[in-house]
Amino acid sequence: MAELEGGGGGHKKGGKKPHGKKLSTRVDFTPMVDLGFLLITFFMLTTSMNKPKTMEINMPVQEGEKTPVPASQTMSIILTENDKVVYYFRDSKTGDPLTPQITDYSAGGIRSAILKENTSRNPNIDSIEIYKKMYRSNLIDEKQMKKHISFVKEFKDGLIVIIKADDKAKFKNLVDILDEMLICNVGRYAIVNLEEPEKELIKQAQTTLAATNP
Amino acid sequence: MPKVKIPRKSTTVDMTAMTDVAFLLLTFFMLATQFKPDEPVQVVTPSSVSEIPIPDVGIMQITIAKDNRVFFEMKGQQYKEQLIERMGKKYQIAFSQDEIKKFAVISTFGLPMNQLQQFINLKSEERIKIIQKGIPSDSLNNELADWIWQSRLTQNDVRVAIKGDQDVNYPIIRQIIRTLQEKKVNRFNFITSAEVAAIK
Repeated sequence: MAELEGGGGGHKKGGKKPHGKKLSTRVDFTPMVDLGFLLITFFMLTTSMNKPKTMEINMPVQEGEKTPVPASQTMSIILTENDKVVYYFRDSKTGDPLTPQITDYSAGGIRSAILKENTSRNPNIDSIEIYKKMYRSNLIDEKQMKKHISFVKEFKDGLIVIIKADDKAKFKNLVDILDEMLICNVGRYAIVNLEEPEKELIKQAQTTLAATNP
Repeated sequence: MPKVKIPRKSTTVDMTAMTDVAFLLLTFFMLATQFKPDEPVQVVTPSSVSEIPIPDVGIMQITIAKDNRVFFEMKGQQYKEQLIERMGKKYQIAFSQDEIKKFAVISTFGLPMNQLQQFINLKSEERIKIIQKGIPSDSLNNELADWIWQSRLTQNDVRVAIKGDQDVNYPIIRQIIRTLQEKKVNRFNFITSAEVAAIK
């Protein structure tokens, strides 16, 4: 009987044979997950997400005519030692330098000076922010925004910043001041070499600073 | 009152979902990782609000270390091969095919021309140990100017990026800008690190 049964149900699993213990198909994932997270941690720590950025500099072509600019429209900024910066304007009639001021790179320092000058000379400077807002709310596209902004920045009576640096200035200072040009929306600026008489102006500014806070 | 039997629940949790997420993240980070090429000098770039990303190709990079040493790098292997051949011709140094191939995989270097050949023939682990003294860039012996000029000849629209340490003194920067201007490069980039834009 038993044999018959076994023969009849041949294709049946088990049959008379002792039932093998049914193994679960579940696998323990814990070691794999451990390894996975370990690798994630490794790659997260080694990945440097912030790619370096660049700032573009355009220097004037060396040979070729120089565009004369009215002295009264310029603001000369001289970068000097100990993260200090000297700036001065020129007299509108004679073109002689006015009393140099000394300040630093903080927001209340050179930035407020540039901003003040730039807004007083360029009546449309506030519209840059409006164009940026319009771009953010998709009223204008990027190209239009850039066109409008550069139009405002190129205003012909606007501020012209002349950047000079003495031998004790650091590279960081130069980048900082170029940054300020971006922040303050100064459209026209140039990096030029320091001239002899300006070294006197730096000294003058430094002595006044020393006199005011001994 | 009859005792309430709480059914015993299994403590094993289904980890499939977690594993999926973990491996998805892993794949992402593996693909996003770019290993830093070994640089002969550590440079801390100044921070700026500028947000223009640096291009990966068509660029030559001039690195200025804290101690005023100047390093040079050209991106793109095929251009590097052309560049070293041109420089060899200019300085009458015959580089073999093997040396040209080796030079193409060196990233940043800062050596005068007369030491370059010897440097190329070193093993890569020996190269790291060597203290490179920088490319001469003063007005007496301006090899940097040749590197810049020859690079421009290999590639028409190559851009120049200056990666200076934040504490580098201004005269060396001025010297390099002047060199660039002499070689008719009037547009270049400063490499900076990102900074949160200051709100005025």
